[in-house]
Amino acid sequence: MKSGLSASITPSSIQMKRKKQWSKLIPYLFVAPWIIGFVVFTLGPLLFSFVISFFDWPIVGEKKFIGFSNYTTMFTNDPMFWHSLWVTVKFALFFVPLNIILALLLAILLNQKVKGSSLFRTFFYVPSVISGVALAMIWGSVFDGEYGILNYLLSLIGIEGPNWLNSTSWALVAMVIASLWGQGTLMLIFLAGLKNIPQDLYEAAEIDGAGKIFQFFKITVPLLSPTILFNLIMTIIGAFQQLTLALVLTGGGPLQSTYFYAMYVYENAFKYFKMGYSSANAWIMFLIVLALTLLVFKSSSTWVYYENEVKNDK
Amino acid sequence: MKGKKRLQKSFVYGLLIALSLLFLLPFFWMVMTSLKGPEELAQYPPKLFPSEWHFENFAKAWNSQPFNVFLVNSLIVTALTTIGQIISSTLVAYGFARFKFKGRDVLFIILLATMMIPWDVTMIPQYMEFNLFGWINTLKALIIPSWFGSAFYIFLLRQFIMSIPKELDEAARIDGANVFQIYYKIYLPLVWPVIVLIAVFNILGSWNDYLGPLIFLNDQSKYTLTLGLAQFKGVHDVNTNGIMAVTFLISIVPLVLFFLAQKKIVEGVQTTGLK
Repeated sequence: MKSGLSASITPSSIQMKRKKQWSKLIPYLFVAPWIIGFVVFTLGPLLFSFVISFFDWPIVGEKKFIGFSNYTTMFTNDPMFWHSLWVTVKFALFFVPLNIILALLLAILLNQKVKGSSLFRTFFYVPSVISGVALAMIWGSVFDGEYGILNYLLSLIGIEGPNWLNSTSWALVAMVIASLWGQGTLMLIFLAGLKNIPQDLYEAAEIDGAGKIFQFFKITVPLLSPTILFNLIMTIIGAFQQLTLALVLTGGGPLQSTYFYAMYVYENAFKYFKMGYSSANAWIMFLIVLALTLLVFKSSSTWVYYENEVKNDK
Repeated sequence: MKGKKRLQKSFVYGLLIALSLLFLLPFFWMVMTSLKGPEELAQYPPKLFPSEWHFENFAKAWNSQPFNVFLVNSLIVTALTTIGQIISSTLVAYGFARFKFKGRDVLFIILLATMMIPWDVTMIPQYMEFNLFGWINTLKALIIPSWFGSAFYIFLLRQFIMSIPKELDEAARIDGANVFQIYYKIYLPLVWPVIVLIAVFNILGSWNDYLGPLIFLNDQSKYTLTLGLAQFKGVHDVNTNGIMAVTFLISIVPLVLFFLAQKKIVEGVQTTGLK
């Protein structure tokens, strides 16, 4: 009887223990797909890319460890590196502020309690849902120097438009314009930010006799600054990764005037098959984007205003 | 005072209408160009409307390349990546939102950090890796990675699940349901709105993707629509009406989806910006 009792207790307690161990594993089962995917498709490639950036690594043929050579070649002996970086910086210098200003302007207009604002919102957002290839195709036809609609409309108001995509000085401007067309996401984020600003602030300002411009700089901009920061970072990252438009619209030309850094990385890898060198290129881009992001973040303490900060001061 | 208000209102309207016209102009030009005859493409000054409407341009352009094959490939990739993302991302998000386990917070920070890594850094080693797996020049290279969850979707889902009161699963547990049943029977129906949002985002992203197909696919028989269109331009650089016709046709899916799910998309984009 006694032995029977102990026999019946022991297995069930083992079962309990097993059940407990099993239940400890359950959460990992749920997140396992992401962990596996992260290791196989992100971390592994990332480490591999870092390692081969120190190699001469043609896609077929002998691989050779060459230390920092890829990095030193890039900086000292490859004019295309500096050229493509300069093209990208020029593009970003125009595109980033214009994109922010345009998206903010559209969001403010949409926020003016006008009838049909959701229809206008649709018009401003719809270019953002089509493919980058489609966008490039459409603008290719709009920008056509002779038969494009843009130069035709410009001619109606007495301006002779340039031969956009075949001009070394205008092709990059054309890229900026085409990219601005896809600002919809930023606009929606700004719009959400604007809706979060308490209306009574404006009413109070109105009573005090403050003008619209004063209200914009003293209420809208400070209260929207966290959103501006977010959008600024997104736009900078986007500007440095610009590739589709260059590949489809201009192929980097004419005379490499739209040869973006991302295109330089892409061609080194998939046109010249210098996998080690292009990995080094890609890491430099990663570092540049990271540095810019940190810089913007660091500077943000001087111009970004967080509501709870003020609450703490009180 | 009232006159000033009215003036302001009409100024806003004027600006909105002018900007709308500018934003719609490229679409207008795409449709009009796609309907023009060959002689009108090279006519100066260009005509806004075609004198004859060449609706046959669409079929002619579509059939001049194996666009039907590209369409099938795009449909396969879009459908399978979307199903994969929904299944994997909901599982992972549920795990992060509803369990306490060692390393959870560190893992979640890593997950968020992966959203910052530019694809340019991983595309080169990924290409070599997929080459090793034998996935290059197959649709697998585009599909399989999406069965392991995407950081952005997981993040959206987790935020939503965290807002659901925990009492629900306690009640179900007392009734004898296990965690998988709770996930399947209670949470999946509740997170349905976010699943729809993810599906919309993923269909748009996958359908519109160009760089993935460009890097991983070589044979024309494997091309997706965006890749087919880009290649079509390379072959027929002068045939602008054909290019615009195909551009219009492949944009129908995202445009229709946008008009059907507009409210969802707008809300979805806005929540990402506010987090």
